[in-house]
Amino acid sequence: MSKRIVVDPITRIEGHLRIDVEVDGGKVTKAWSSGQMWRGIETILKGRDPREAWLFTQRFCGVCTTVHALASVRAVENAVGLEIPKNAQFIRNLILAAHAMHDHIVHFFHLSALDWVDVVSALKADPKATAKLAQSLSDWPRNSEQEFKAVKEKLATFVDKGQLGIFNNGYWGHKAMKLSPEVNLMAVSHYLQALDYQRTANQVVAILGSKTPNIQNLAVGGVANAINLDCESTLNMNTLYKIKDLLSEMGQFIQDVYLTDVCAIGAMYPDWLGYGAGVTNYLAVPDMPLDGAMTAFDLPGGTIMNGDLSTIRPINRLDDEYFGKNVTESIAHSWYEGAEERHPYQGETNPAYTEFQDDGKYSWVKSPRFDDKVMQVGPLAQVLVGFQQGHAPTVKWASWALEKASAVAGVNITPSMLHSTLGRHAARAIRCAIISELALKHWGLLVENIASGDLTIFNEPEFKGHQEGFGCHEAPRGTLSHFVVIDDGKITNYQAVVPSTWNAGPRDGKNRPGPYESSLVGNPIADPERPLEVLRTIHSFDPCLACAVHAFDPDGKELGSVRTL
Amino acid sequence: MDAKKTLRDEAAQALDHPIGRRNFLKVITAAAAAVGLSSSVAVKMAEAAAAGLKPSVIWLHFQECTGCTESLLRTSHPDVAEVILDLISLDYHETLSAAAGHQIEASLHQAMEQHKGKYICVVEGAIPEKDGGIYCKIGDRTALDILNTVAADAGAIVALGSCASFGGIPASPPNPTGATGAPMILKDKTVVTIPGCPANPYNFLGVVLQYATLGTLPELDQKGRPKFAYGRTIHEDCPRRAHFDAGRFAQMYGDEGHMQGYCLYKLGCKGPATHANCSIQHFCEVPGAWPIGIGHPCVGCTEQQLAFRVPLHDTVDIERPTPPDTYPPILANDSKVSPLATAVGGLVAGAAIGAAVVQSRRLDKEDTND
Repeated sequence: MSKRIVVDPITRIEGHLRIDVEVDGGKVTKAWSSGQMWRGIETILKGRDPREAWLFTQRFCGVCTTVHALASVRAVENAVGLEIPKNAQFIRNLILAAHAMHDHIVHFFHLSALDWVDVVSALKADPKATAKLAQSLSDWPRNSEQEFKAVKEKLATFVDKGQLGIFNNGYWGHKAMKLSPEVNLMAVSHYLQALDYQRTANQVVAILGSKTPNIQNLAVGGVANAINLDCESTLNMNTLYKIKDLLSEMGQFIQDVYLTDVCAIGAMYPDWLGYGAGVTNYLAVPDMPLDGAMTAFDLPGGTIMNGDLSTIRPINRLDDEYFGKNVTESIAHSWYEGAEERHPYQGETNPAYTEFQDDGKYSWVKSPRFDDKVMQVGPLAQVLVGFQQGHAPTVKWASWALEKASAVAGVNITPSMLHSTLGRHAARAIRCAIISELALKHWGLLVENIASGDLTIFNEPEFKGHQEGFGCHEAPRGTLSHFVVIDDGKITNYQAVVPSTWNAGPRDGKNRPGPYESSLVGNPIADPERPLEVLRTIHSFDPCLACAVHAFDPDGKELGSVRTL
Repeated sequence: MDAKKTLRDEAAQALDHPIGRRNFLKVITAAAAAVGLSSSVAVKMAEAAAAGLKPSVIWLHFQECTGCTESLLRTSHPDVAEVILDLISLDYHETLSAAAGHQIEASLHQAMEQHKGKYICVVEGAIPEKDGGIYCKIGDRTALDILNTVAADAGAIVALGSCASFGGIPASPPNPTGATGAPMILKDKTVVTIPGCPANPYNFLGVVLQYATLGTLPELDQKGRPKFAYGRTIHEDCPRRAHFDAGRFAQMYGDEGHMQGYCLYKLGCKGPATHANCSIQHFCEVPGAWPIGIGHPCVGCTEQQLAFRVPLHDTVDIERPTPPDTYPPILANDSKVSPLATAVGGLVAGAAIGAAVVQSRRLDKEDTND
């Protein structure tokens, strides 16, 4: 007989997510994903100055901070046909790279690791054996016996006091926890160290973005960071080298700790390479532009269908209609009224809450579809699309990671095994290493451009009559696109199609479940009272629900067609 | 004002010198009363501290973006590990707690029972009131319901960020969900507000650590904002202020004035009307990291009337468009500090006593706001 389990709230994510599963014979047979909060920020944008839309859209989310600011300025620049200075593009790239590093590190260590790592078990670890194990995995200088001993003592003191705080009622001792005390102690130590390094990455964002979360250095037409090597109040050689040092520090942590731990811990849970595939159609767009007009990119995009890498269809230009024309959104099971399936340019709908209906409406999230297919977006899509196109940094870091994991697991792990819960974690760490490498490259491009004598940072936008456009960004959680319509310098319509909307959406008009829902089916549930396995698969997507839930324009005005430079 | 100052001094003295428990309790009880807390709360806090218990924190997430939690991850003194492991017991937090679903609900109820009347309730995000509050639900309960329940037995309530303080971005016109701030719902309670988008984490830590250490709250203004952080406008302590006074402005990003680090007022900087300490307390441990510091105008994110309401490039009114017509000498001829200079120094420290007419007028605005 099947049993219904409701997990609400799903914690260690951004936002308010409820997951329902039906379990039969120890396995999930059916799942529902439900976004539980709505704010209507796109409605708030109507009538405002497009030059400040990014300040609003960035507040979709403080975890994916920066990404909605970037997509927004790109959308408005696209609408007015504006090329930005190279310096501005490279400064934006450095911010997006540093933010992605922070985001991925926090996601693995602070939002996901506790699904796999038993904190209490670490108290039984031998620090010497832990050091030996950790040193066999990487050359990280802080993998010392002294470090592990100190962390174990700190943990023991904490637990003895009896106030477990964020660790209270965790899944300690759960049957699905498989790591040895030593691996657990290593991971807990790295959890604490990662708190330092996510801050390091953020300092790069802050130096350029002025603060984080919610950077405040962008402008439609460029950036507000004045560059003057002869002034202390502007971006100068001192600040540029501070950025380079911080980026280099990040590179080492990402390779020696983050990517290494994901490979090692993943290899100790080989079963989870077989669970959680769900939807195996993948979508990614290109990013890290190399010029001001966004015609060449350092990160490739494309689609892959049915888990078959040979179906790769590259998307390496933003004016590729393959992307622009194929997106629709369904509200068949979402708390809105209106036509069930529409192109995002034709957004309409008013909120229409109904309580949770299993076969009716049950979420504030909508269901985007690509060429009438359910798609998965995120690092796994990014890595598979890059790998299949022979993108050098992707091939390099994916091969590095697969070799490392294969060595620990004692079996050969291939790219095709990445269609899984663990594959999403591995791909995220691989993507982080790629971005870390490219960040240093783009730092060099910025310095080189400044050295050439170009100090420009801003081209003034001109607004007149009817203008419309879209901006894409391949964000940490996947493909993000913003659409804007401007009339006489005022926003008349605004739409965002967001990564977590692609992944977290409910069933569509044809009752096809979304990626979260599909990926849960078949997952084992050892203890229905403590459904840890649900968290494992859901966390592997890095949910961000504030982003995923956004409003349509209540007046149902058409957004028009995509226009590119 | 003077009475409160005395209490604060007493509290400081109490920490500096060994005194009996009774005296200590007396001090913090009086100090707590001065900011609207019941004396029993302060006593409980002091007892908990004496027993080695960390204060329990219940952190509620509503219509938010988690940006204020994220901002806390950027701190280094104390860093977030020290805060959540050693200084407070973060008993309910949706972003960081290991437990989910029924397990975290159990943690919430456990903390509310065990620490009844003592726990700190932190609110992040606005609360939607429209349509019965259906626009934000957790565990099938509305944000509105959860806030009222948890706040009822809290020892102190802190609204973190502009959304929790006054509605913030979801409440900007046309406010589709009827979003509002915690103080507007908890009308009968003292709610400390830490506006900002996100709030500067040190303003939050300053409040929580004082409560955890002394059982008291810092002095607040009428909007519930701690005076240590929101007592002055950004303009007053802005490092570009000299350029404003001298009439040197950036007119466009990348122009000569912008490249010289001149004042950003004409680009729409809201610093003259924004009460916040960003110009002094920079972000992410990076000296110079704050909007004006890198060349972008302040958007007034801590002010209900400015943030997400007044357009980015619109300028705000200047209360005092011209500098005073007399300045104190920096050094008097006889190398002694002049009486006038002393008065100005006193003003800067916030003690407006016996100052010259021109200078005392400069504080009028702050006084009325407080």
